[in-house]
Amino acid sequence: MSALQGVERSALATVRRGLSLTPEFRKGLAGTFALAMLATVGKVIVPIAVQQTVDRGLKDAVPDVPFIRDMVLVCAAAVVFTALCGYLMNVRLYRATESSLATLRVRGFRHVHDLSVLTQNSERRGALVSRVTGDVDQISAFMQWGGLMIIVALGQLLVASVVMFLLSWQLALLVWACFLPLMIVLPRFQRWLSAAYTRVRERTGDMLAAVSESVVGAAVIRAYGSESRTAERLDTAIDANKAAQARTQRIVATVFPLTEIVAAITLAAIVLLGVRLGVGGGITKGDLIAFLFLITLFVSPLQIATEVLNEAQNAIAGWRRILGVLDTPPDVADPGPQGVELPRGPISVAFEGVGFAYPGGPPVLSEVTVDIPPRSRIAVVGETGSGKTTFAKLLTRLMDPVSGRVTVDGEDLRRVRFSSLRERIVMVPQDGFLFDGTLTDNVRFGRPDATDEEIALAMTELGLTDWVEGLPAGLDTPVGQRGESLSAGERQLVALARAYLADPDLLLLDEATSAVDPATEVRLARALEGVTRGRTAVSIAHRLSTAEAADEVLVFEHGRIVQRGPHAELVAEPGVYADLHASWVAAAHS
Amino acid sequence: MASKVTSTVMRKGLRVLGVAIRAEKAVFTAAVLSSGVYGAMTVASAWALGWATENVVLPAFGAGETAAGAMSLALLLILGTALLKALGVAGRRYFAGVMQYRMQARSRRDVTRQYLRLPLAWHHRHPTGQLLSNANADAEAAWAPLAPLPMAVGVIVMLFTAAVAMVITDPVLAVVGFLIFPAIALMNLVYQRRLSPLATRAQQLRAEVSEIAHESFDGALVVKTLGREEEETVRFRAKAEELRDANIAVGRVRGLFDPVLEALPTLGVLAVLLVGAARLESGAITAGVLVQVAYLFTLLAFPIRALGWVLAELPRAVVGYERIHAVLSATGSMEYGAAALAADGPARLRVSDLSYAYGDFTVLHGVDFEVEPGRTVALVGPTGSGKSTLVQTFVRLVDPARGAVLVDGTDLREVARGGVSDVVSLVPQQTFLFDDTVRGNVTLGLPISDQDVWQALRLAQADGFVSALPSGLDTMVGERGTSLSGGQRQRLALARALVRRPRLLVLDDATSSVDPQVEAKILYGLRDAAAMSSASTVVVVAYRMATIALADEVVYLEHGRVADRGTHDELLARCEGYRNLVTAYEREEAEREALESDEEVSA
Repeated sequence: MSALQGVERSALATVRRGLSLTPEFRKGLAGTFALAMLATVGKVIVPIAVQQTVDRGLKDAVPDVPFIRDMVLVCAAAVVFTALCGYLMNVRLYRATESSLATLRVRGFRHVHDLSVLTQNSERRGALVSRVTGDVDQISAFMQWGGLMIIVALGQLLVASVVMFLLSWQLALLVWACFLPLMIVLPRFQRWLSAAYTRVRERTGDMLAAVSESVVGAAVIRAYGSESRTAERLDTAIDANKAAQARTQRIVATVFPLTEIVAAITLAAIVLLGVRLGVGGGITKGDLIAFLFLITLFVSPLQIATEVLNEAQNAIAGWRRILGVLDTPPDVADPGPQGVELPRGPISVAFEGVGFAYPGGPPVLSEVTVDIPPRSRIAVVGETGSGKTTFAKLLTRLMDPVSGRVTVDGEDLRRVRFSSLRERIVMVPQDGFLFDGTLTDNVRFGRPDATDEEIALAMTELGLTDWVEGLPAGLDTPVGQRGESLSAGERQLVALARAYLADPDLLLLDEATSAVDPATEVRLARALEGVTRGRTAVSIAHRLSTAEAADEVLVFEHGRIVQRGPHAELVAEPGVYADLHASWVAAAHS
Repeated sequence: MASKVTSTVMRKGLRVLGVAIRAEKAVFTAAVLSSGVYGAMTVASAWALGWATENVVLPAFGAGETAAGAMSLALLLILGTALLKALGVAGRRYFAGVMQYRMQARSRRDVTRQYLRLPLAWHHRHPTGQLLSNANADAEAAWAPLAPLPMAVGVIVMLFTAAVAMVITDPVLAVVGFLIFPAIALMNLVYQRRLSPLATRAQQLRAEVSEIAHESFDGALVVKTLGREEEETVRFRAKAEELRDANIAVGRVRGLFDPVLEALPTLGVLAVLLVGAARLESGAITAGVLVQVAYLFTLLAFPIRALGWVLAELPRAVVGYERIHAVLSATGSMEYGAAALAADGPARLRVSDLSYAYGDFTVLHGVDFEVEPGRTVALVGPTGSGKSTLVQTFVRLVDPARGAVLVDGTDLREVARGGVSDVVSLVPQQTFLFDDTVRGNVTLGLPISDQDVWQALRLAQADGFVSALPSGLDTMVGERGTSLSGGQRQRLALARALVRRPRLLVLDDATSSVDPQVEAKILYGLRDAAAMSSASTVVVVAYRMATIALADEVVYLEHGRVADRGTHDELLARCEGYRNLVTAYEREEAEREALESDEEVSA
């Protein structure tokens, strides 16, 4: 499933669209460009100074020292001036690119949070992270080095060529004739190199995956004594990466010195033809010597050309990827200030002929119509894959239905402002994801302005004080990355406290206490029952008592509601619920 | 003080380079020889050009004719030096790269081997991100100076040759060179010294930006459902702007030094022209010499910066090397004995006065119980009572701080390497699948027939969904493969344990994501299998009554201590904590029914 819309664009259009998103970069670009050109002129000072010295300073048997002195001083002043231009250009360029890319990064980050793909498809999260990190870095690397080098290199070639043609058009043509074949084959080398670099990136990815597997899976590897098998897998990945790296080095080592040889051939040809021309009186010896210096200006742009072209390609790919994110319209969009504000108080929800399917996939929910009156307690039951969680995601507007509509207090969910919606309806997912920080930090995520006392009070009201006191540092205990220092059940406790503190009018629990021990779970359920009294509560249930306690049970099968009604009614009639109930009873009492 | 610190870093850095040179003698020699050729030929090419100017160009312009012999020699010299120089460059780049990549690969192998060798307790003390960066970024940083090192050695050859050549051609012009080139080298060193900490900081911030994005996107469900997108964006923006400022700081230093380093050799050439004119006037040198020295200056200007590159990378390399070294020299590795455990029949498990602590925080206190061969014991206790930690000691993922775990009377610490995992299988609470096929995930590389794999899958109630997968046993699962539901993943993990026919099977709440009906089938299957010849001793961590009911005996844990043990009925009768825990649902149900009937009465 490719949920991101990558609009096919040419390289130029991509860059243009990218630049239109970053006004900070375009501002003052002309000035930076002018400074770059001035800085480049500094490169031809040496050849001109040498030419002047040879032709005018050393014209006679006795060198014209005063002329040479004046000329050197003028040139030195020019060098200092061009260096200053170079400094100013660099500072402007860095400030402009970094500011614009920081903006782009933050826009990308914010936009990703608006895309439902984030909550639908966990496998793509890593790729989304790289859109706002690695891809942006790639653009910045190009803008500050490669892009600048293109300007400098082209400027250098241009200025050197102009000076050459002014000195001698024949020799200038000869230089171009020698370098042109190299310029023509360079793009081919670049393609090789680019393919080789792509391979390195892939192999590095494989290697990192292998290393990460060996670290994340440390317990399983040890428990099953499969250390040597893991070591083999690691070695294969590490060696493949090394081989790919060595391959790129072979290409670079071949291409890079080629320029030296071409330069030498050019030098030799210039000496040969220059001397002929000189004998005929067509050029001066200073002109010829100046050419020998000017040729060195051709070498460095061509030596770095393959790498610059490669970076340019990467940068354009980076632009494409980040534009792919920014140009994907938020499929679950916030209506913003025009949206409806829900008044506080018990909420009613209605599903009207709601259907849902992932793009290109089979229907996950079909024709779901149900009314959830205010203050009611609803239990949602069904086997894994029956559509329970999709129902929850539609109710919290993590996704929009493909057909039909969901209304809250009679308002289409799509018209309700996010700020209002998120305040009134809160879901506690099964996987209690925690952020790296303390217990308090994580609970406060539910309501950022909550005081420490309010958090402590929430824990007391939920009957979690005993558990908190048993932790090494109580509420200040760090939970570790993704909460991994706590057990699965403990994470669920924190996630529940977090939602409880948020104080919503409709609380949706998606098997939120499935990993908690029964006594704690019952205690929690009772506490929640107390606090949700007078509010609407929807629970995706994994055990009997939740369903029994509900006002109404919705039974899902294959994406449809196949049965509904109070527990007592449903259990009496043969059907999905009665079967489910029987297995629960068996599990609890056998 | 600062210079003392710096010189320590330099000394350490040189020692790191020494390690690499000793490890890759042949490659390093080839790289340095190539680079030496490159260095010498760079100077020689300037000399060739000077010779051509002196003996071909100037006479031709002076006399109006060319000497064919001199011309041929000049062309030969120009082309010959260039060819050798090109070969030198190619060799230098290739061998330097090979050396760097070999050392990186070597460090990565060593580090990952050590990860596999070190006990799990060590892993618990080190965050995953750090371990990944030891094997990746640190291995890269440690050997980064190897890429420019041969070039730097070549540059030293080049400078030495150039110095000799200049002194021979004209000592006065040589003085200009002796002023300019050390100035460039010094300036470059200052440059890299100033840049290095800033670049390291930018690198660090880049990692932090990525961490925030990772965490925020991973927690998207929480961020979204609580409507915290704006707060998250603020958090991300703060870090992104820190990175921006760090990058601009890097840019400012680069922006200043790059033009200066470019201008210095140009000023050097101008100085050569000025001084050279005076020397020409006094007849000390010829015009050809002047051109030659000026040309040499333009050629040397860039390579001399390689010295700075090496020196600049050294501090980062030292940090990377030391981090790797810390992993490689980490002690506390698990020691193994020589004892062997029997291969067949259910195992006898004895937990003897066992205590365990995470740092100062004791989670298990004097746990003591025994499981007879072939029996099934349920470990029951409230959330956070230490059950998962306890079962980890059964497979020797961690060693107890005090006391011991004994299988058939043998302390697990006495058992030879690999001996424990041959006999005991643990299915952990959190499922971990490898980026591999279904078969690979079940066998983990052991030579097990497909028939046995299918049998284990059947027992784990996984045969149904596996046969429906696109390529059956060969379907890739895990990171880049088919995504499986939590329950399906748990069933694969269970099959992984069952296929080994362990003598002691440990299930740590291993079926929590499986539907109750399926779980019941699995448990009945296990009991039937246990009744057959391949009986195992089973320890199961559980909350569900159905699971507990299968156990012959229950060990009830509370706050890291064995609060009671006995049959389910015995504990129910005498242990209040246990009764509260396992009958919580029933009591709740009963209370509700009572409440409802009250309501009916009152209504």
